[in-house]
Amino acid sequence: MTRTLLLPAWSLVVRELVRFVRQPARVVGIIASPILFWFVIGSGLGDSFQLPTAPPSIQYLEYFFPGTIVLIILFTSIFASISIIEDRREGFLQGVLVAPIPRSALVLGKVTGVALLAVIQGFLFLIAAPFILTNISLSIILKTTIILFLIALGLAGLGFALAWRMDSTQGFHAIMNLFLIPLWLLSGSLFPQAGAAGWISALMTINPLTYGVAAVRSILYDFQGDYTKDMPDFILCILITIGFAGLMFVLSLLAARQREQGTRLVELSNAQGGR
Amino acid sequence: MHLSPAVSINKLSFAYKNRLALQEVTIEVNQGEIFGLLGPNGSGKTTLFRILSTMALPSRGQASIFGYDVGNDSEYVRRSIGVVFQSFALDKKLRVRENLFRHGQLYGLTGSLLRSRIESVLRSLGIWERKEELVETLSGGLQRRVEIAKGLLHQPKLLLMDEPSTGLDPGARIELWRILSQLRNEQKTTILLTTHILEEAERCDRLSIMDRGRVIVTGTPQQLKKSIGGDIVSVVPFDPERLTKGIRRTFKLTPKLVDGILHIEKKNGHAFLPKLVQKFPNQIRSVTVGKPTLEDVFIKYTGHAFGGAELK
Repeated sequence: MTRTLLLPAWSLVVRELVRFVRQPARVVGIIASPILFWFVIGSGLGDSFQLPTAPPSIQYLEYFFPGTIVLIILFTSIFASISIIEDRREGFLQGVLVAPIPRSALVLGKVTGVALLAVIQGFLFLIAAPFILTNISLSIILKTTIILFLIALGLAGLGFALAWRMDSTQGFHAIMNLFLIPLWLLSGSLFPQAGAAGWISALMTINPLTYGVAAVRSILYDFQGDYTKDMPDFILCILITIGFAGLMFVLSLLAARQREQGTRLVELSNAQGGR
Repeated sequence: MHLSPAVSINKLSFAYKNRLALQEVTIEVNQGEIFGLLGPNGSGKTTLFRILSTMALPSRGQASIFGYDVGNDSEYVRRSIGVVFQSFALDKKLRVRENLFRHGQLYGLTGSLLRSRIESVLRSLGIWERKEELVETLSGGLQRRVEIAKGLLHQPKLLLMDEPSTGLDPGARIELWRILSQLRNEQKTTILLTTHILEEAERCDRLSIMDRGRVIVTGTPQQLKKSIGGDIVSVVPFDPERLTKGIRRTFKLTPKLVDGILHIEKKNGHAFLPKLVQKFPNQIRSVTVGKPTLEDVFIKYTGHAFGGAELK
């Protein structure tokens, strides 16, 4: 198993990391916008924001912090996983497809590599946590990083499954705006579920990302205080986050297993001649 | 000793929607030969290449490599083939050595074995000195060598190459063929390549000529050219129809009109030439006589010219 699954997957992980290091501009561009959102929305909303379940002492910059990290994870893992489209267009992918490795090694390598990239970038923002939040310790930062990795695995898998069949990144922008951004908006990153309208609250309940954000929030606040009131159970959050990652892995695998199949010929004579 | 064929393709058809790209293709490639698939663009050779490299499944028919079916036994097939793509399967952001290292690990190679393989394959292709360079900084010809090195790293028994000399200058093309001959002679590697370049096809041990999704004829370049009776006399006429009729009546020959040029198969073409010119002094713009080429073979079997401007 090591030689047929883990070694090739590891090879693809290393490739992602090396590419990442060689293109530093990519990094800055992607994590800059969530930080800008955080700073502008957080400062702008400032005192206007009030948690329905807590005293007005909580600043929005503080509330929005976990959501911002998750946005960084979302952006980085999605943008990195759609590079599978580039891999295909530039040719690299075809070499992997004809190698004697199971498709699971391909998916595992790509998704894990991408999730690592996302976590590295999330971690860079997490270092700022002690300046924003109280009670931050090294252990909290490490635990948060682990949860971020689980979230990133799921999102990277989602990106992979969506991007596999596409031949250009053009079509991906619509998916990003209409599906992925709402996924994040309705995850409890921007506003708490408790104060939301009924149908929004219902959408948030079925959104798997809600549980990832809740897990990050619970850990970052060390399960204490007004911030984490009315949150789903932590164990449930972890299980759903892992389950989502697993489901996305399976979907990616099913997509990657498809081999181009020539159209079945019922009657050869019906078909047109070649070009 | 009779070896089982390296590649066996039997009545293979492939359709994109309802456009047939391959029709009932049957080819056998022997072990240890350099076999060419010659055809103009759109003749179906790249589709065939995609099926043999296990990237696509046929609509109908079978293809097997060393006895393993490309559809059902793709795992075995992938172990025994090395694939050189027309659009390189390289990561341009990685160094030459890194590309080979990543690739080797996909084939289960590690450690000192992998490192020594990388060194020997890069040395034999003359790019060992460039190993630390990023692939994107290399010329097309050097990138092609890296792609070939990658295809050879795991020492495949069969090397599949799609248009291997695309983007190579004449010098690099000669070098490529030196490498291919060396591989066949020393490693006994079977090589199957697609090409639309006639001079390249001449260098193959055997080849199949393809047109519009079909195999038209298969044989050694010499056999194929011998299938033409004698020399080829090519005439550029002022009025093709009139001259065709004239030649048919006078010499009982049937010229083929392709792109405004009349092609006539004739033994002892040099003796025929003066007779032709004397008979129709005012109807001929120019005339040449030559030994048959593969292009003439193509014209003989298809009745049309080999292809577009990129051939010249």
